Amino acid sequence: MDLLRFTTAGSVDDGKSTLIGRLLYDSRSIHQDQYEAIERASAVQGNGAINLALLTDGLRAEREQGITIDVAYRYFSTPQRKFIIADTPGHIQYTRNMVTGASTAELAIILIDARNGVLQQSRRHGFIASLLQMPHILVAINKMDLVGYSEEVYREIVADYREFVQRVDIDDVVFIPISALEGDNVVEQSGRMDWYRGPTILHHLETVKVGEGRNVVDFRFPVQYVIRPNQNFRGYAGQVVSGSIAPGEDIVVLPSGQESRVHSIVRMEDDIQRARAGDSVVITVEDDIDIGRGDMIVRRRNQPQITRSIDADICWMSEQPMKTNRRWILQHATRSVQAVVGNVIYRMNVDTLHRETADTFGLNDIGRIEFELADPLFVDAYRVNRETGSFILIDPDTNNTVAAGMIRGAAQHVPPVGRVTTMERPVSPGVVWDDLYIPREERERQQGHQAAVIWMTGLSGSGKSTIARALEKRLFKHGARTMSIDGDQVRHGLCGDLSFSEADRTENSRRVSEAARLFFEQGSITICALVSPYRQDRAYPRHIIPEERFFEVHVDCDLEICKDRDPKGLYRKALDHEILDFTGISAPYEPPENPELLLQTHVLSVEECVDQIVAMLVTHGIMQDID
Amino acid sequence: MRNIHLERLESEAIYIMRETAAQFERPCLMFSGGKDSLVMVHLARKAFWPAPIPFPLLHVDTGHNFPETLELRDRLVKEIGAKLIVRTVQESIDRGRVKEEKGPNASRNMLQITTLLDALKELKVDSAIGGARRDEEKARAKERFFSHRDRFGQWDPKNQRPELWHIFNGRRHAGEHFRIFPLSNWTELDIWEYILMQGIEIPSMYFSHEREMVDRDGVLLAKCDYISLLDGETWKRETIRFRTVGDMTCTGAIRSTAATLEEIIEEVASARVTERGARADDMRSEAAMEDRKKQGYF
Repeated sequence: MDLLRFTTAGSVDDGKSTLIGRLLYDSRSIHQDQYEAIERASAVQGNGAINLALLTDGLRAEREQGITIDVAYRYFSTPQRKFIIADTPGHIQYTRNMVTGASTAELAIILIDARNGVLQQSRRHGFIASLLQMPHILVAINKMDLVGYSEEVYREIVADYREFVQRVDIDDVVFIPISALEGDNVVEQSGRMDWYRGPTILHHLETVKVGEGRNVVDFRFPVQYVIRPNQNFRGYAGQVVSGSIAPGEDIVVLPSGQESRVHSIVRMEDDIQRARAGDSVVITVEDDIDIGRGDMIVRRRNQPQITRSIDADICWMSEQPMKTNRRWILQHATRSVQAVVGNVIYRMNVDTLHRETADTFGLNDIGRIEFELADPLFVDAYRVNRETGSFILIDPDTNNTVAAGMIRGAAQHVPPVGRVTTMERPVSPGVVWDDLYIPREERERQQGHQAAVIWMTGLSGSGKSTIARALEKRLFKHGARTMSIDGDQVRHGLCGDLSFSEADRTENSRRVSEAARLFFEQGSITICALVSPYRQDRAYPRHIIPEERFFEVHVDCDLEICKDRDPKGLYRKALDHEILDFTGISAPYEPPENPELLLQTHVLSVEECVDQIVAMLVTHGIMQDID
Repeated sequence: MRNIHLERLESEAIYIMRETAAQFERPCLMFSGGKDSLVMVHLARKAFWPAPIPFPLLHVDTGHNFPETLELRDRLVKEIGAKLIVRTVQESIDRGRVKEEKGPNASRNMLQITTLLDALKELKVDSAIGGARRDEEKARAKERFFSHRDRFGQWDPKNQRPELWHIFNGRRHAGEHFRIFPLSNWTELDIWEYILMQGIEIPSMYFSHEREMVDRDGVLLAKCDYISLLDGETWKRETIRFRTVGDMTCTGAIRSTAATLEEIIEEVASARVTERGARADDMRSEAAMEDRKKQGYF
């Protein structure tokens, strides 16, 4: 029998407690005395029928107020599986609780009241599930009995929510129309919705694949406790949080970097041949090296990032707002370090999915921060490894847990939204940058002009590609070494694996920046034509290309004219919701504040635009005047 | 077939025990002699093997124990070389810390809260590992693995720290302590299946046997020196077993013929009453457990 942990989210009136009560009741997980206790309580509240919701609304304060105020855990099993439910309240103010419940769950049930359709908080719940990298989402469209079991209502909600889901990072989503009160499609197939042929809630819970959130590749063993009963035995106790290990395999200990080999994996009954993710074991190693709590045992050829700064998404969980000028304790795996806020990048508006300028975070705020650490941590990105990618923040004065964090990686000094500052580039660990065999300066001397990067940003249809092509032609004609990188083209190969989500757009523009840099070093005047809607993403190439060689060109055009031009028919599709996350329609565009050049293409012709760019290059000494 | 869910629960409980030993100075393991605390002792042995359990077992003795549990307790402690500390409710009564309840339903259940808190203070315990499970009762469904208690030993359901992933925050101020619940995610059935799988010895009164019993308001109580009959009550010989082993004055039995672990598992799987349902102390009021918990009950 295996184990599925899932979480439930929904607002007070979506019928979440009734759904759980129904699952427990119909799967015969309610005992007689619990049933009688509910009968008694239902009678006191005077609402007539047996109130299944009372089964899960635990504390007295909640029963009196009729709301759930914290995460409650429920247990039931069927012959197929054991289930642990983290029942979390869905009000807006309880984002914190859903994050908590979701942190250990593999599946989230999101309840939507069929009468109300997709509400702000349904999106909020979906966003949190994606933030926490929940492998599976089940959207239960409840109270179908109150909309006459209408297929049309169901379809509308599904279409609505699907549109939202595509904008966030969710892999697997299933929709089920139910009535928790009447029991339709919860445990038993409904006889009143012939048009629905999918599984019931319980059937889906019993058959969905478990263990997909677990990383089975990268061996990570945070040392919890040293076991030393006598001089002859020294073992390291902990849980294999990901990957696996066997006696005889080579290991390295972080942070010391000392290498050794696994001698044995010890258990009370017998030694183990291979310890896997999730196993609590004791490891002994062949060499006598110094290892303590907070160290991490990994493989030599597969190491986490060792870093004194991290870039992370956080959820603030304390009533006290975050203060940026103080120290926190950051607890990560078995290691605690002091941390200060280096940089608040943005706060996420969970309802619009827009990123906002922020100085601080209040209760239930979600955002992105860079922390500086007093000692190194050994981290993986949360999306690759939940266990080594997560942490909590503790207030050293109150000892309370004030935030949950999901690591993106080592800090890259991303400029905050709304304020562009300097930044550094990520480097794979253990790699040294070798200068090119032929220095750029020599290439530039030979070819008679200097290298540069021209970054054209603007809405789709503003004329970036057209100008880029004309510019390159003009430069080529005059013997300049050129290269152009077009946003649409890179989406076919180099960035073919990326979506249009915020994170993937950032990655897209990072890759283009790095590619541009290689061409730059090879001497080219490199023209990048990319929507690149976010300021901070454009700050990246600016930082990796030398000053005076990077030219941000804002190709500005009135949105209505772009829609009218619509050279690729994209605006029409975006307006018809066939394309999601379309800049200017359903995704934001942050115009440059101080571009090197502003081209208003609803005023200028293509040739005039090219003239202006060439003039700019000449003024900055990139090339001789070509006329 | 592998019991993946039991392996996960075992691994989680061991992780919690080790985290307790690492984060706290003076942990102790609350030992009642019941099946849950026997499972905990077993898990603690596994967690620190081949070293001995690095913290003592603490037994708060109401003086109304089933003799079978004490016999097994003493034998086990000797066998595994654990340190046992016993504090009795009788001492608390003698020292005037508490007053014995009067009447036919008198129980020392409430009194043991004082004995427990006094003992934790005396021994400077900063983390008391208990066997409570979230499935036992509604108020426990929200309990944390690391449950914070203020300087008066009180539990404030509104002031508990969120627990995320497998990161546990045991930081505390002087005088505060934690209750630690490694079995939080286990159900009664999990406990029984684990006892069977690991061959853990449990006291004989968990198995079906004949005993002199009295039926008091639907609760079957065993004959002992601490219970006197009311008008109209008689001792009756019954075939019963116990599902929990608390204080003899309030621990009800069930009529059962389940004499082996396999039969008990069969019975528990199809049971119609939760195990706490047979305890007279929980039936006093709807919010009985929550009230006791706030005061420091386990």
